[in-house]
Amino acid sequence: MRTGRMVAPAAGRLAAARDVLAGLRTLREPAPPSLAGRVMAQLGPVDSVDSYSRMQTPLWPLLVAWGRDGITAVGRADDPAAFEAEYRSRTGRPVRLVREVPDRLTRAVEKRMRGESVPGLRVDLSGLNEFQRRVLAKTMEIPHGEVRPYAWIAEQIGHPRAQRAVGTALARNPVPFVIPCHRVVRSDGRIGRYGAGGSQSKRAVLQSEGVDPDELERLAQAGIRYIGSDTTRIACFPTCRNARRITAAHRVPFRSARDVTGAGFRACRSCRPFPTAQAA
Amino acid sequence: MSAFPRMVAHHQDLVYGLARRWTPRAADAEDIAQETFLRAYRALSGYPPERIAALHLRGWLARITLNLARNRARDGAHPTAALDEAPDRADPHDPGPERSAEQRETALLWRRLLAGLPDHYRQAVGLRHVDGLSYPEVAQALGRPLGTVKSDVHRGVRLLRKAYEAEAEMERPMTRDGDTGTAERRPATAMRLASEVSW
Repeated sequence: MRTGRMVAPAAGRLAAARDVLAGLRTLREPAPPSLAGRVMAQLGPVDSVDSYSRMQTPLWPLLVAWGRDGITAVGRADDPAAFEAEYRSRTGRPVRLVREVPDRLTRAVEKRMRGESVPGLRVDLSGLNEFQRRVLAKTMEIPHGEVRPYAWIAEQIGHPRAQRAVGTALARNPVPFVIPCHRVVRSDGRIGRYGAGGSQSKRAVLQSEGVDPDELERLAQAGIRYIGSDTTRIACFPTCRNARRITAAHRVPFRSARDVTGAGFRACRSCRPFPTAQAA
Repeated sequence: MSAFPRMVAHHQDLVYGLARRWTPRAADAEDIAQETFLRAYRALSGYPPERIAALHLRGWLARITLNLARNRARDGAHPTAALDEAPDRADPHDPGPERSAEQRETALLWRRLLAGLPDHYRQAVGLRHVDGLSYPEVAQALGRPLGTVKSDVHRGVRLLRKAYEAEAEMERPMTRDGDTGTAERRPATAMRLASEVSW
């Protein structure tokens, strides 16, 4: 391939070689200014790595993790190494133990543990799918000291047959206590599974909120699903604050929604124990 | 890992520029670059510190970028003609205002000449002389032996020089011919180059 025409003299050739390298450098294209921001937005907080800290609560010491978009994880404090490992595998981000907890966060968690609502509380549920988020959002609505069946959540979010999936979503709740998954129990009155320490822990949390798990089981075993008042003719879940106010003399137990409506009672509008369309 | 934003700032031109040569659309290059950094981040957050310290970041990042760009090209959703696209094609992402018409013309010329190289030479030359990687970094990025990469770069540059000289020689007597005349000859240059190499 080196036959034929002679090209430029040596000096020209050197110049040409320099031209080649200079020419190739003109092909450099700087990244658009938006790129770094896009990457960071995708990653979430990296400037300040997600942090977690130990927090004392009336029940147990907890580990609470947070990032730029709010609380990211809550767990029992028995095993920090497992907490970190699980965190990393779920979020893809590292998490670092720190001493100082932002005051607002401490107050928010304490209030949630007492059953108070915290306006503007930010919980980072990224990484969960739409179904899981809806289950958790609905669970947030269950008041302190009350419980609802898995089937109720399923029905309320428009997937009445998805009780099992509801159970799974709750078992994977990344922020137990903050989102009170312990307030969701089995329809047969048994306490059911609990992601943050098993059913014994679940009983303990419920007791701390004034729920009597034994009483729940007793009612369920007797087949009693709802409690009505013969003065208001309204029926509720047994733990509904309206049901708890009914004095013994006026309590009317019901085994099913049909019994309730058959007796001329209607469903409570705060605990919505069964679909009102069915009652109407 | 708080060093990560700094790492992005430091290497974004390398990653984006490399991706940009693999795709005709600037937006695709930005996607590839973003995905590269996300993967890098995930990988790094799983590595122990000793391993991170031992990493040659530039070569490693270039390798991730190349893999992503190749997959994307292969999956076909995003056709990549890229380098040898028609020089008069309007590129909405061309950084026009900052570059004079002459600079743009120069860049188009070199883009075309580089596109005329056989694949191996083009990739090695691009990484070495456009992206400015060292030879070991190029070898790492391409997953080829250092010696092979060096000779690919040298041969590629030599071919480019010849093509450039040939171009200059042909341009000279025809400077007043207008653009159409030269544009027609351009593919011929690239083809001759390729045949010279494949002897």
